[in-house]
Amino acid sequence: MTAWVGARVPRKEDRRMLLGRGRFVADMARANTLHASFVRSPYASATIRSIDVSAARQVEGVLEVLTGKDLGDPFLQAVLERDEFTPTKMPMLATDRVRFASEPVAVVIAEDAYAAEDGAEAVEVEWETGPVVPDIAAALEAATEVHSGTGNCLVDLVMFDDPALPGIFANAPLTIEATFRSARVSALPMEGRATLAEWDDRDGQVVVHTSTQVPHQTRSGIAQALGIPERSVRVIAPDVGGGFGQKCVVSREEVVLAAAAMRLRRPVIWVEDRQENLTASVHGHEQEYEVTAAFDADGRILGLSADIRCDIGAYSVYPFTCAVEPLMAATELPGIYKVPAYRARGRGFATNKAPTAPYRGVSRPQIVLVMERLMEKAAARLGVDAVDIRRRNMILPGEFPYTGVNNITYDEGSYLESLDLTEKKITEAGWYAERDRLREQGLFAGIGFSCFSERTAYGTPTMSQRRMRMTPGYDTAHVRMDPSGEVIVTTGTSGHGQGHETTFAQIVADQLGIHPDQVRLRQGDTDLTSYGWGTFGSRSIVIGGGAARKAAGTVAGRLRKVAAHLLEVGEDDVELTQGEAGVRGVPDVSLPISELARIVHFQTHQLPEECRYGLEARESADPPGTFSNACHAVLVSVDPGTGEIRARKFMVVEDCGVIINPLVVDGQVRGGVAQGIAAALYERITFDQEGQPTSTTLMDYLVPTAGEICPIEIHHLETPSQFSENGSKGMGEGGTIGAPAAVLNAINDALAHRGIEFDHIPVLPEDVLS
Amino acid sequence: MVKYDIPSSSERSEDKDTEWSVVKPAAFTYHRAYDVNDTIAQLAELGPDAKILAGGQSLVAMMNFRLARPSALVDITRIGGLDFLAKDAGGLRIGALTRHRTVETTKVDGFEVLSKAARWIGHYPIRCRGTFGGSIAHGDSTAEWCLLTVLLEAWIVLQGPRGRREVPATEFFHGFFMTAAEPDEMIVEVRFPRPAPHAALTEFSQRQGDFAVVAASARLDLAENEILTSRIVLGGVGPQPAVVDVDLAGQPANEETWRAAGEAAAAQVDPPSDGHGSGAYRKKLTATLVARALAEAAA
Ligand SMILES: Cc1cc2nc3c(=O)[nH]c(=O)nc-3n(C[C@H](O)[C@H](O)[C@H](O)COP(=O)(O)OP(=O)(O)OC[C@H]3O[C@@H](n4cnc5c(N)ncnc54)[C@H](O)[C@@H]3O)c2cc1C
Repeated sequence: MTAWVGARVPRKEDRRMLLGRGRFVADMARANTLHASFVRSPYASATIRSIDVSAARQVEGVLEVLTGKDLGDPFLQAVLERDEFTPTKMPMLATDRVRFASEPVAVVIAEDAYAAEDGAEAVEVEWETGPVVPDIAAALEAATEVHSGTGNCLVDLVMFDDPALPGIFANAPLTIEATFRSARVSALPMEGRATLAEWDDRDGQVVVHTSTQVPHQTRSGIAQALGIPERSVRVIAPDVGGGFGQKCVVSREEVVLAAAAMRLRRPVIWVEDRQENLTASVHGHEQEYEVTAAFDADGRILGLSADIRCDIGAYSVYPFTCAVEPLMAATELPGIYKVPAYRARGRGFATNKAPTAPYRGVSRPQIVLVMERLMEKAAARLGVDAVDIRRRNMILPGEFPYTGVNNITYDEGSYLESLDLTEKKITEAGWYAERDRLREQGLFAGIGFSCFSERTAYGTPTMSQRRMRMTPGYDTAHVRMDPSGEVIVTTGTSGHGQGHETTFAQIVADQLGIHPDQVRLRQGDTDLTSYGWGTFGSRSIVIGGGAARKAAGTVAGRLRKVAAHLLEVGEDDVELTQGEAGVRGVPDVSLPISELARIVHFQTHQLPEECRYGLEARESADPPGTFSNACHAVLVSVDPGTGEIRARKFMVVEDCGVIINPLVVDGQVRGGVAQGIAAALYERITFDQEGQPTSTTLMDYLVPTAGEICPIEIHHLETPSQFSENGSKGMGEGGTIGAPAAVLNAINDALAHRGIEFDHIPVLPEDVLS
Repeated sequence: MVKYDIPSSSERSEDKDTEWSVVKPAAFTYHRAYDVNDTIAQLAELGPDAKILAGGQSLVAMMNFRLARPSALVDITRIGGLDFLAKDAGGLRIGALTRHRTVETTKVDGFEVLSKAARWIGHYPIRCRGTFGGSIAHGDSTAEWCLLTVLLEAWIVLQGPRGRREVPATEFFHGFFMTAAEPDEMIVEVRFPRPAPHAALTEFSQRQGDFAVVAASARLDLAENEILTSRIVLGGVGPQPAVVDVDLAGQPANEETWRAAGEAAAAQVDPPSDGHGSGAYRKKLTATLVARALAEAAA
C-alpha cells in the first residue's frame, strides 16, 4: 500500500526549527560547562620547538591547558588496503610538526568562552618555519615533503588502461586535449562544527554530543584514538545544521573534547567560529584533469584518457582516507556516456593546506564537468548540435542494465528522456527568445546543459572495491510498536537537515497501515541504534529507509498473523490500512491496529506462541548501489562591462526513482543547485604562496545569497530501481553535481562569439574581462 | 477517559540550558553617553584606547576578530537629537547617528543620490543599525558615504575637548581607516553645502550587499546638453576615496563623453590587487563604472 509514500507531507522537523526550538550542540551547555578554545598554528609548515603553557594557566578563568603530549599523543590513521596507498598519521594535537595553518596544537579549557580565548592567546609556541608545499605543482616537484618519505603522492591509482588507446588517438577523426580545473571549496554548513563532551559516572561513559553526520564512525574514531572500548563512548548527534560531507569525517577536535571531559570530569563545549570553519575544518574539490578524448566524425566518443590530480591537503581524513576523490574520479569519469576505451590515473597529493574530505558530490561535479565540456568541444569542432551529440553518446533506453568500460553496471535510468524533456521545457518557456533579448540589450547570454547520473547508496558490495579498512555500506533499522499502536524506528543513518523524521515515517506508515504522525524516528545516538554508517553519499533513504521498510514489513507480518488469529481469517487476507486490520473483500470486519498492539502486549497469553511478546523487528539493507540521473539547463548572462556572470533561469529534470516526498526532493535539488552555482561562479578557498589562507571570512569566501541564486524549476521522472527496497534512488548530491557543468557550458555559449573558452571553475568576472 | 493534549515536540523544549554565545572580543569596559559633552568627557577620561560605539556594524566585527582591542567603549546610540536629515540654507545636514536606512527612505530634493546610494550599503539589518557618522569615522575607502561626502564636497563636523571644528571631506580621509578625527573627538554631523541634482553612484561586487570592488560616483552641472562642471570620485582603487582629474566642462552630455571619461579615469588609477580582483581588473571596472555613473547622473 502506498498512502504516504509520494505524498507532499510537510516536514515534521520544520516546526521546531522555524520556532527556534531546535536543539543544537550550542543549545546544550549546562550550568557547569567548561569552554574549550584551540591554539592553532599560524604557519602552514613549521617544527614545534616548544610549547609554553605557563602564562595561559595564569589567565583568570583558565582551568587546564592540554597539548598532544599531555594526552599521550593520540592519532587517527585511515587505511586503504592497497599497495598504491600510503597511510599517514593524523595527530589529534600536533606535537612536533604542523602541516597547515590553523592546525591545532593545544586546547585551553576555561570557565567561559572569553577566558578560553584569552588563554589560547597566552600559550607561547616556539616555531621554526619550514618550506611550504602550496599546490599540486610543488607537491609533484617533491623538493619538500609534507610527510617524510612519501614523495607527497599518497595515492596513485591506475584504474583502467586500455592498450588500444594510443592507436585510437592517433587515428581518430578528432582528438581533443584539454585541462580542467576546479578550485578548493568549503562545504560551509550553516552550523559549523560543535561538540559538547561530558563524563557520565553512572554509565562509565564519555557522552559526546556532536554536530556530525556519522555518530558511529565518530565513536569508533574516538575509541581508536584514545585506546578505549567503544562501549565507553556514546556519541549523540542532536539537531545538526547541515554537513554536506564536512561532518562525515571524524574531527580532531571531537576526540580532544572527549579526552578533556574524561580528564576533567566536567562537561566541555567547543563551538567553532566561522573563521575556524573556513580554515581548520576540511575542504574539497581541488582537482585538475589532463584529458585526451577521441571522437569519430559523427561525434561518437572513441576513447578517453585522464590524468587526475587531487590536492588532498595535509592529512588523510578518517575513515574515508585521502583516496576518496581520486578513486571516485578515476572509476566514474565516463558517467552516462558509452566510452569504448578508457584509461584513468588518479592521484592524491599532500600539500600544506587543510585536509580534504568528501564534499557533496565527491569528484562528480568535476567528472561531469569534464565529460560535458568534452561533448561541447567535440560538437563545436565537428559542427554537430551540442545537445544532439549527447544523444549519440549516452546510454539509451533499451540498453539498461549497461556495464561500462569502467566495470560499473548502470541500472535503469532516463538519460535520454530527461534530456528531451529539459529541451522541451526550456523551449516552451521561451529561453531561446530570452537569450536573444538579452543579447539585444548588450549583454552576452548563453544556455548550457549538463546530463549526468549519480551512483548513490553504495552498500558494501560496491564500497568494498575501494578496500578501506573501515568499509561503510550496510545499515540496520529496528521497528518497535508500543501497546498503543505507535511506533519507534531506529536507524544508523543520521539525518542532518534532510527531513528523515518525515520520510522514514512515511515509508514505515505505509507498511503498517498507520499515520506518519504515529511513527517517531530515533537516529544519531550510538547507544540507541545498531551500528550504522550515518548519512552521506545519498545513501539514507535507499539503505536506511530500505532497512526500515523491511523491518516494518516484518512487524506488519506479525500484525497480520495476530489479526488473522483474532478475526479467524487467513493471514493473506488481512490488510493493514488507515489504522485498521481489515479483511480483503469483507468490508465490515476489522480490528483497530491499536487493539492488536494492546493485546500483543497486555494479553499476550491469549495469542498463539508465534504471535506473543511484543511487536518488533530488526533488519539490515546492503544494496549494490543505484544510479539516479538528471538533466540541468541554465540561462546565464554576462555583463561585458564588468564581467559579472548571473545565472538567470535554471531547469532541472531529475529521476530518483520512487519519490518518497516531493517537497523533500525539491528541497534537496534546490540546495544542491545553489551549491553547484556557488562552485561555478563564486566560491573558492584561497591561499598565498606561504600557505596562508586568504579566504578566512564570509567577506572573502563568497557563498552566494538568495540575491544571487535564480529561481529553479524542477520536473520529475520516476524510473524505479530494482536494487532498492523502496524503488527509490539516492538524490542528495545531484544538484551540486550537475550545476557547475551546466553553468560553465552556458558561459562558454555566451562567450563563443568572442573566441573565449573556459575549462575551470569558478569563472570569475575578472576572467571574462582578461 | 481523560484526554491530554500532547504538546508538540517543539513546545516541550522550554528547558533550554544556559544561554550563551560565541562572541570573543578581548576584555573591555562598556560606558554609555547621554549627550555629546558627556561623550567627550568620558573619552578624555578613558584615554586614547577608548572608542566610540555607534551602530557597531564595523567595530564589533573587528573586535570579534580581535583586530580592534579598545580598552573601553562609549556607546553613543542613546544620545538624542543626532538622528536627522535637515535642509539648511540650500544645503543638507545629516546627524551622526542617522541610520543608513533613514537616509535610504528619506527623499530630499536635490540630494536623491544619497537615498539611492544607501541601497548599496550592506544588507537591510546592517542599514538599520549602521550610522552615517560611524561610516565616515570608519573611513573605508569603498564606503558609499565616504565617497559621496568627497564628491559633494561636504564638511565633517567634529566636536572635542578643544571645541568644535569643521574639516572638508576632501581632507578628512587619510587612508585605510585613518581620518582627520582625533581619538578624543566625535563626529556630530555632516554638512553638504549645495544640492546635486545630477549625481549618481554605482559600483560592482559579485554578491549583493558586499563592499564594492570598485565604486564610482559622479556629479555634473548641466546646461541643456552641455556639461558646465564635472566631478568624479572613486572607491576601491586606493586607500582613500580618489578624486579623478577629468574635466568634462564644455563637452556634450552623451555616451561618447561618458565612455571617454571612463577610459581617462581608468588611465589615472593604479589600484591594488586582492582576492576580489587584480589591479588590472579594477582598472577595467573603473572605465565601465565611471561611464555608467556619468550616464546615470546626466539622466
Ligand atoms: C556584512 C556587512 C556589509 C557591509 N557593507 C557595507 C557597504 O557596502 N558599504 C558601507 O559603507 N558599509 C558597509 N558596512 C559597514 C556599515 O555601513 C557600518 O555600519 C559602518 O561602516 C560603521 O557604522 P557604525 O555606526 O556601525 O559604526 P561602528 O561600527 O559602531 O563604529 C565604526 C568606527 O567608527 C567610530 N565611530 C562611530 N561613530 C562615531 C562618531 N560619531 N564619531 C567618531 N567616531 C565614531 C567607532 O569608534 C569605530 O572606530 C557593512 C557591514 C557589514 C557587517
